[in-house]
Amino acid sequence: MKNRTFFRGRAKRAVVAIAIALPLLGAFDSGAVAASGATVRTADGALTPPTQGMTPQQSVGKGEGELNLIAWEGYAQPEWVKPFEQETGCTVNAKYAGSSSEMVSLMANGGGGQYDLVSASGDADLRLIYGGDVKPVNVNLVPAWKQLRPFLQSPDFNTINGVHYGISLQFGPNDLLYSTKVFPKAPPSWSVIYSKQYAGKITVPNNPIQIADAALYLSAHQPKLGITDPYELTQSQFNAAVTLLKQQRPLIKAYWNLASDEISLFANGEVVAGASWPYQTGQLQAAKVKVADTIPSEGATGWADSWLLAAKAPHPNCAYKWLAYISTAKVQAEQAVNYGETPDNSLACPLMNQLQKGSCDSLHANEPDAYFKSIKFWKTPLAQCDNGQDNCVPFQQWATAWTQVTG
Amino acid sequence: MVMTKEARRGREPTGVARVSAALWRRAWLRAALTLSPPLAWFLIIYLASLVVMLVTAFWTVNSFTNNLQHQFSLTNFGALFDAPIPAIIGRTVLLAALVTVTDAVLALPFAYFMARVASRRVRHALFVAVLLPLWASYLARVYAWIVILTKDGTLDWATQRLGLGSPNIAYTNLAMGIVFCYIWLPFMILPVYAALERIPDSFIEASADLGARNARTLRSVVLPLALPGVVAGSIFTFSLTLGDYITPLLIGSGSGTNLIGNVIYDNIGLANDLPFAAALAMVPIAIMIAYLLGARALGAFEAM
Repeated sequence: MKNRTFFRGRAKRAVVAIAIALPLLGAFDSGAVAASGATVRTADGALTPPTQGMTPQQSVGKGEGELNLIAWEGYAQPEWVKPFEQETGCTVNAKYAGSSSEMVSLMANGGGGQYDLVSASGDADLRLIYGGDVKPVNVNLVPAWKQLRPFLQSPDFNTINGVHYGISLQFGPNDLLYSTKVFPKAPPSWSVIYSKQYAGKITVPNNPIQIADAALYLSAHQPKLGITDPYELTQSQFNAAVTLLKQQRPLIKAYWNLASDEISLFANGEVVAGASWPYQTGQLQAAKVKVADTIPSEGATGWADSWLLAAKAPHPNCAYKWLAYISTAKVQAEQAVNYGETPDNSLACPLMNQLQKGSCDSLHANEPDAYFKSIKFWKTPLAQCDNGQDNCVPFQQWATAWTQVTG
Repeated sequence: MVMTKEARRGREPTGVARVSAALWRRAWLRAALTLSPPLAWFLIIYLASLVVMLVTAFWTVNSFTNNLQHQFSLTNFGALFDAPIPAIIGRTVLLAALVTVTDAVLALPFAYFMARVASRRVRHALFVAVLLPLWASYLARVYAWIVILTKDGTLDWATQRLGLGSPNIAYTNLAMGIVFCYIWLPFMILPVYAALERIPDSFIEASADLGARNARTLRSVVLPLALPGVVAGSIFTFSLTLGDYITPLLIGSGSGTNLIGNVIYDNIGLANDLPFAAALAMVPIAIMIAYLLGARALGAFEAM
């Protein structure tokens, strides 16, 4: 009966609902989902971050007693948060975000005057920077910044036009995980995950950014396409990558969503090769599953996280104290071993081995520069390419195309 | 002193008494006061959010900053007709229909036994058995099905013992269908049970008196009277399958297994394309409105 009245009265109620919704929309407009800060375009059409002109502070004063972080789960563990709190008197309040998009939403309006720092990944950094949600950082106030690997001091995912918007934190490659039963020697090329020979025994992440992996493969195997950056693809380059992934679809056993999904796929023997992270390798090897990982000759994509400073950070002194603390070799080693990722601080390796024997090697913290150069780090694909032209395919279309790929 | 005070209070009504008297005299005021908080809640939280979603569907995402642009545009609704979205909508509706039919076929004999055959004690035990899975987390139950359906899982183990090979159906549309049938079955059994329980014994006796055998009674008396219950149950199984995104993410992560729910989820979580997600979310709402209008014509709401 209730449902019948609902139907009869629905026209009237809809009018009331709209009357209620309109003022709500006003709030919505200036709220979390709305465009936060206007992106400025200069005369030559190049994008400029809205906060570029803000002068960063020149010294770190007394702590404000509080520090509000938006972090990935596992990035604010008591092992290194407790000593920081004792040392600085800044009480850390961490809000864990489930996805890059959630981080971007939470950080809208410069963190809403509530949050100080966000541990954003490369696929969110540019959204935050061009959205005006983060502001320039003075790297001179972070002593350990000089100890970071050179290529992570001013990477293009957190440094624009020479202005730093954050401090690089940790990273990891999207490497090739394979069963050593099937591959006694490491496969030299990513071609195994595109090969009919292993049909039904392949897994890749369920993530549009996987298109960059295909583009990276094509940059080596179809040089005519002229792909130089797998995140900046023209329409024809993009189409070629999507076509490759559509051809790959019948070979896929499952598109994995969580690291634990891929771990069980390998542990059950459902797949023999797939795109992965070193974390899965460590977990599987610890469970005595015969697997290993490698970065094939084409190189690999990778993710790199940075702590970015909110434009309206209410506790800037505590934020700078955190940036200085989290970049030190000791804390970097703790976080790397705890989370299973590679530290950005180049002096962390021996400290990692003290915490867990062999962890420096297994997490690739001591590789030669050639290894790191083979990793292309995630960044948000934007319509504007680095050359200033507007003919690159933006991330939104990546997402649409990914739905076409997975069917 | 105390006595006089109380006596005076008895003569002159207090504030509370006056309010209650006013409420007694004006029935409409009473109704308005009791209904307005839940009604306001319904309007603001439920309908207003639907309206906000509808409005969002007309916006677009700036391709440079990935921020929302508040400009009216129909592109998101146009994108619903681009491949592979129509195929995904078709797959979702087909799967929801198949799940509904399967659940109805499973629920009818079960509910009939519960309502008309089982003793009181057995009926209570069956009720608990139907409701028990609802007390466990959805996620835990879906993961249990992964253990059953995966390679060398429980199903493969059983079929290998029987010499039937190993079907290994995890991450397929079939696996999703099986899990949906299992998870939504209680929502079909309960309304069908409610419909069957209401059939008076005299109807069955009258049918027998008129010379109908069991099969004829079932066909001409029981099934028509159970139909509103089946339709009511089908609203649950159909709409829940139509909107679910967890099972497609966990069980259906193979190729060609996208459903409406997880495509919406991906557009919000991974792509940050709220406008398209909102436009796509209109599709199950439209399908359900059509479905509910049809169900109302069949008198399903009397059985709820």
